[in-house]
Amino acid sequence: MTGEPRPEIVFGSTAGGGGAAGAIHDHDNPVAGVFDDVEAIPGSKKPDPILIADHVTKTFGGLTAVDVEHLEIQRGAITALIGPNGAGKTTFFNLLTGFDKPNTGHVVLDGSSIDGVPPHKLANKGMVRTFQLTKALSRMTVIDNMKLGAVNQTGEHFWRALLPVWKRQEEEVEARGDKLLDRFNLTHMRDEFAGTMSGGQRKLVEMARALMTDPKLVMLDEPMAGVNPALTQSLLGHVKGLRAEGRTVIFVEHDMDVVHDISDWVVVMAEGQIIAEGTPDDIAANPDVIDAYLGSSHDADFESWDDGPAPVELPTDSTDAAPNDAASTDAASPDDEGSA
Amino acid sequence: MDWGFILERTFSTLFGVEVMVFALAAVGLNVHFGYTGLLNFGQVGFMAAGAYGLGVTIHYFEWNFMIGVVFGVVYSLILAAILGLPTLRLRGDYLAIVTIAASESIRLFVRWRKMKEFTGASEGLGEFADPFYETALNPFDVGVRYDFGPFSYLGRDLWVLTVGWIILILTVLFVKRLMSSPWGRALKAIREDEDAARALGKNAYWFKLQSLMLGGVIGGMAGMLQVIQKGSIQADTFNPVITFTIWAILILGGPGRTWSPVIGSMIYWTLIAFLETTLRQLPEGTSNTLEDTIKLSDFNISQVRFIMVGVGLILLARYRPQGIFGSREEMALDDR
Repeated sequence: MTGEPRPEIVFGSTAGGGGAAGAIHDHDNPVAGVFDDVEAIPGSKKPDPILIADHVTKTFGGLTAVDVEHLEIQRGAITALIGPNGAGKTTFFNLLTGFDKPNTGHVVLDGSSIDGVPPHKLANKGMVRTFQLTKALSRMTVIDNMKLGAVNQTGEHFWRALLPVWKRQEEEVEARGDKLLDRFNLTHMRDEFAGTMSGGQRKLVEMARALMTDPKLVMLDEPMAGVNPALTQSLLGHVKGLRAEGRTVIFVEHDMDVVHDISDWVVVMAEGQIIAEGTPDDIAANPDVIDAYLGSSHDADFESWDDGPAPVELPTDSTDAAPNDAASTDAASPDDEGSA
Repeated sequence: MDWGFILERTFSTLFGVEVMVFALAAVGLNVHFGYTGLLNFGQVGFMAAGAYGLGVTIHYFEWNFMIGVVFGVVYSLILAAILGLPTLRLRGDYLAIVTIAASESIRLFVRWRKMKEFTGASEGLGEFADPFYETALNPFDVGVRYDFGPFSYLGRDLWVLTVGWIILILTVLFVKRLMSSPWGRALKAIREDEDAARALGKNAYWFKLQSLMLGGVIGGMAGMLQVIQKGSIQADTFNPVITFTIWAILILGGPGRTWSPVIGSMIYWTLIAFLETTLRQLPEGTSNTLEDTIKLSDFNISQVRFIMVGVGLILLARYRPQGIFGSREEMALDDR
């Protein structure tokens, strides 16, 4: 489902649709004004970068998938990474999160080098990622998915697992998991197998599970892909919630409306390189971006931004209301006849 | 037909040596496949490692029986490390290839002529199990047959069975406890999606290696119990058919469930014993008819029972793919 191309949506009509909970305004933004003195050029210096990438390159045979000269990610802000398909966004994500090794280059997280650090250690350093193709752990319950996310669990050591020494920590972890499930409106799914959930609920669980690591930096690879408009609004609210908690967010997205709504800073990649950086408005006005991103046949997406940012709903019960929920839940849970 | 004999053989099989040994080996495979998703197609290799660890230590080095048991465990651990360290970073299929190759390599290595001094080559090893039976702990008379209702065992077997079933039940409880801990949760997460587990801070490689070692040692213990009961070690008994039987037992019971290896093993072996004794006890007329029509004779009954079990497994795969204990709902979550 998530692999399918997203349907065309007429912009300006969906983002405000069904608005019940009111709009988030700029004064809610904890990093408002931070980017005022930042130059809108590729590789620009940020006042307080949490992540710095230098000369990061990755080649597959003769193809240079990623060639990033310099990139700084501002702490506490929502940074969008956009670019056409094949621009190297996901590969760059994999390089930053240790899932792939760059041919050259250095990455610094919060002042310490993370070159060659494996993914599981990055989670302990406060960096967590989600995946483009959602990875719900199907044959585990939703609460077990959540509990897995906690780092530094005593009970994950073989011999200590046999003793009751991890019980107290387990209770804390479970309480934290329940709290996050409540925040993401998933409490009713708590004891179901994650595999019975709809695509949208899986996206929510994956994000909630990532938060169990208590990350400083959250990297979301296409968090809205394959999600219906109502749930997109809910997800947007949750992403803003991360920023409100002081976490840094980097996310890959194709939907220009979404990018414009929630990002403080936009980084544009094309053919492996960063071709532009800037505020959403800078990017919308940048002819290079429009050419690279949309080719010659660009149209409504960027022009619609001239009308000003569309209002965004706060998270509501839209997970329950999501029309695909009932259908896919039915499809994923066959008849119970014959099961033990 | 002598139904009393058929029932006695069938019931005695229920708690017999084969059930116990294969259940234990399947508990190990359950740790690998059922909980961690590791494709180990060489469980018999771990059994051989355990068996030869025990046999060579006692026979060649003439050390104490218990030291032999320790070596059996150590050999299984070393085998798991040798197999796991290079392959567990790769995709799951590689472990399958390496384990099946390794288990055959072990068999061919120990029956190699030049290894005769240590492993007895194709003649095998004997006279290592005596301390097990001669211990003062053994309350049974080795040569006497004991009957309890429909169950009938030789005193010698009864002692192996007592020790074996205690080990089996303790191992199942040990695995159950581990799998309900955060450690077991991490294994299941790796089974479901290794990358997701890694992104959430789990060292998937290390967890998989621990899983391979734990299941390997359990397999090694099964191998030791098997050769202790036989009183000899024959290289050619550690052939890939054993591995596939263990797989059949695990699939029959339902992977990833606490007691499924034990129940699977009971069903598998009692079915085999029932079919064999029944086929051999058929009335004269029936057996003659079968011999004339489908060429079923005393010589091929042991093959025919495996064919029938094979057909049964095919039907199971078609109508109850989750096994005896598995949940169909859970099984269906796989195909997304």
